[in-house]
Amino acid sequence: MPPRIRIISILICIILVTYVFELVRRKHLNEEYSIGWLVTGSLMLLLSLSDDLLIWISGLVGATLFTSTLFFFGLLFLVVICLHFSIRISALTNHVRALSQHIGILYHEKQVLEKQLDQITGEPGASRLNSF
Amino acid sequence: MTSPLETRIYAPEVSSSPSSCPPEEAPPKTLIVIPAFNEERNIGRVIRGVLEYVPSIPLLVVNDGSSDRTAKIAKESGAEVISLPCNLGYGVALQTGFIYALQRGYTVIVQMDGDGQHDPSHIPDLLRELRQGDNEVVIGSRFLHKDKYTTTLLRQLGMNIFSQLASIFCGQRVTDPTSGFQALKGRAIHLVASGFYPPDYPDADFLILLHRCGIGMREIPVKMHPNPENKSMHNGHRSVYYVVKMFLSIFVTLLRQKPQL
Repeated sequence: MPPRIRIISILICIILVTYVFELVRRKHLNEEYSIGWLVTGSLMLLLSLSDDLLIWISGLVGATLFTSTLFFFGLLFLVVICLHFSIRISALTNHVRALSQHIGILYHEKQVLEKQLDQITGEPGASRLNSF
Repeated sequence: MTSPLETRIYAPEVSSSPSSCPPEEAPPKTLIVIPAFNEERNIGRVIRGVLEYVPSIPLLVVNDGSSDRTAKIAKESGAEVISLPCNLGYGVALQTGFIYALQRGYTVIVQMDGDGQHDPSHIPDLLRELRQGDNEVVIGSRFLHKDKYTTTLLRQLGMNIFSQLASIFCGQRVTDPTSGFQALKGRAIHLVASGFYPPDYPDADFLILLHRCGIGMREIPVKMHPNPENKSMHNGHRSVYYVVKMFLSIFVTLLRQKPQL
């Protein structure tokens, strides 16, 4: 592999991994979501560092250029990460849906109860909690 | 690992063990559910119409995050209103009504649209058919009615394809799978409130799901008014999305395991 692309690749991987660690440290990124990025960064770093590994894997996937092996795996990891995100987004959508439904129902029931309480105490607005 | 489909519903089990409480003795507790999104111009008329024909049945409007005065008008017209915090779509709003109904112990639900398409004079027909027949779902079909329902050619074609598909997979003739004018009871209510319910556009895929669960369904003729503002859910670029989505939804419904209710 040409040394220039190797240096660039190694630098990018190191920057990515350190940045992800920093994001997790600052709590801008949850551990759960950092793992995919860390695995991607480390494996790409490993591929960029070790010539033997890169040659062996290039033979395995049938790549004629070593750089295309790097691109191939970079793309593959991105696809996996995107798919993982789609799954997470779907789960979150379902949670938001269920939460909204139950918030709507609970709010309605709260209003009904407040109305009933007002009728019992005969004082409009007595049951309402003071706004904080 | 539990399937994500099964984790959605928190409605308490309604205590209706068949041995202790035969369904004949308890009078059916009926609720009318109307999902509404930005229907300030129609919702008042719809509610007044319903109250005219079936004044004794409580009415629930599920306001699907409308940005207009839908909730206010519905409340003033005499309906209970549940407001969702954001716009989540027709199926989700409808499902909210069903979850609420289960929590409150309602045993029969009539669902209709808030845009005035459905004629409330048919509600007693739907309820009568539901009471007399063995079917747990009764659907009002505009195409069984003697009055012709006119719509654009493209929509007619789409409706035709999906009614054919629904007919094939349900093993019975289905003329109007897009009808949101339905009366449901028993297991059908639990199915709608469950995570198995297709939340975006519950049409043909819901009917196929019903069939796979062994729930009987029947159509009766109803008159439908053409949509006054032509503000259908299936217009414009959305109609392409709708068709693709419906094909996909039917396909995966057939691939999935039968829901255990």
